Amino acid sequence: MTPSDTRTPLVELSGVGKHYGNVRALEGVSLEVHAGEITCVLGDNGAGKSTLIKIIAGLHRHDGGTLALDGEETRLSSPREALDRGIATVHQDLAVVPLMPVWRNFFLGSEPRRGTGPFKRMDIDLMRRTTRAELLRMGIDLRDVDQPIGTLSGGERQCVAIARAVYFGAKVLVLDEPTAALGVKQSGVVLRYVTAARDQGLGVVFITHNPHHAYLVGDRFVLLKRGTMAGNHTRDDITLDELTNQMAGGTELDALRHELRRTP
Amino acid sequence: MSATTSDTADERFLRLPSPLRRLLSRPELGSVVGAIAVFCCFALVADSFLRASSLGTVLYASSVIGIMAVPVALLMIGGEFDLSAGVLVTSSALVSSMFSYQATANVWVGVGVSLLVTLAVGAFNGIMLARTRLPSFIVTLGTFLMLTGMNLGFTKLISGTVSTKTVADMEGFTSARALFASTVTVGGMHIKVTVLWWLALVAVGSWILLRTRAGNWIFAVGGNEQAARAVGVPVTRTKTALYMGVALGAWICGQHLLFSYDVVQSGEGVGNELIYIIAAVIGGCLITGGHGSAAGSAVGALIFGMTSKGIVFAEWNPDWFKFFLGAMLLLATLLNTWVRRRAEASK
Repeated sequence: MTPSDTRTPLVELSGVGKHYGNVRALEGVSLEVHAGEITCVLGDNGAGKSTLIKIIAGLHRHDGGTLALDGEETRLSSPREALDRGIATVHQDLAVVPLMPVWRNFFLGSEPRRGTGPFKRMDIDLMRRTTRAELLRMGIDLRDVDQPIGTLSGGERQCVAIARAVYFGAKVLVLDEPTAALGVKQSGVVLRYVTAARDQGLGVVFITHNPHHAYLVGDRFVLLKRGTMAGNHTRDDITLDELTNQMAGGTELDALRHELRRTP
Repeated sequence: MSATTSDTADERFLRLPSPLRRLLSRPELGSVVGAIAVFCCFALVADSFLRASSLGTVLYASSVIGIMAVPVALLMIGGEFDLSAGVLVTSSALVSSMFSYQATANVWVGVGVSLLVTLAVGAFNGIMLARTRLPSFIVTLGTFLMLTGMNLGFTKLISGTVSTKTVADMEGFTSARALFASTVTVGGMHIKVTVLWWLALVAVGSWILLRTRAGNWIFAVGGNEQAARAVGVPVTRTKTALYMGVALGAWICGQHLLFSYDVVQSGEGVGNELIYIIAAVIGGCLITGGHGSAAGSAVGALIFGMTSKGIVFAEWNPDWFKFFLGAMLLLATLLNTWVRRRAEASK
């Protein structure tokens, strides 16, 4: 699928900035997220990736530029509001409650209920069945949805979180470094689910500091450096080498290479 | 031959049958084993322990701890402590008694006002915790000290002594006593009404934890507060409700105190908060939150009741009670940790 700029993006940031007191965390960042596409946000530690996510996820409010959802300018006031507007965020390490069973985690915050009055209760059968079915649909065969989610591997946990977002009708999926703590094989598993979500028509924001992972799946690439936007490319106008080079900081990398070279 | 046996043994170990694993991961398991051990111990050394009257006494002692242990356990599963729980019981009794005595002639008015005041203290704890983001240890330690001072201060100011005036001759006393401090006799066993309150609270607590959305939220805010907040769980509301649950327990206990003794000693209750916490921990609550059960806290309270009364029936020196309790707490915590690791490690 080629990016077509005539459609209204699901999420559009233009010139967004954020200050914490005197500290400028983010300034002049623009990006677009389209349905059925993956927008990658690349940057080193401290580049402003987390701040950007927090703005899209509704945890922080931006104080410069505009944020538009489906073409309508808005300002998100809480994670709940972001969720209600169809933006689901999968955080790297705070995605799940490790001691709780998989099915309780899957529905956390949006539990289906039955009965009335004081006997209103969670529909536990439905929750168990749905969790199993939805995970199976993403290709994870979990024998026991009652096991604490902490017993799953890091990749599987990310996948549960992604499956949950897809099930709850998210239109935009924000993934915060889903592959950062994972090995090569596990990363591959997660990337496969990311593309599975894309193929179901979701717009995906994929935050990473790994250009190789980004280039495997991305349609658009936004580069952040010290809180500002250092580049905004579509897949057509950049190669993996260029991306890696920009990501690693081009000239800085040359300087580093020079510095580390053995003196003859 | 030997190779084959060890192979099958290995296989069985790896694929631990699910029901057994589920049993091992139950939070109450350790406490049930402990309770059976304590029961057998006292049944052997104290002849009078198995008499119906003794069991009634044991149940009564367990119930006054158990009524508080249920909400304290829920709060602990939600990741917080309440050090003010012990003196709040006394505060609740004092408010009820003094308001009835000073303002009206009917004890039920005092009982109602006491409920509102006690719940307000619970809400104060929860809101302070959310607003200040201080650890609950500090916030409720503050409430604990303030309540201790207010209990003594107000009582001396109003009654002139450290205890309240009797409410026994007031209107509504008989009906209030029937609700909070009566005794029913079942098959020769005298059962205090607090035992019924206790059982009801355990049932309600278990229902909330295991079957309702609120229960899901309690486990979540205790297990990983950030994750809970990120998926839209109202963390502040959940924790405030938990503190108000503790306040509700304190109200029931406080009214029981008042209507069984007619007067309230304003210095009482200090130190009981630790007993409630210990009962919850012995019952399988994780001190860091996110794991535990209401039924477990009941077993923890039962161990307390059996030990405190069993030592008397066995005619041992009651000074050993605290030692016994400390050892029990350590053992229970170790067992809980071990059981949980086993349950989580078996994939």
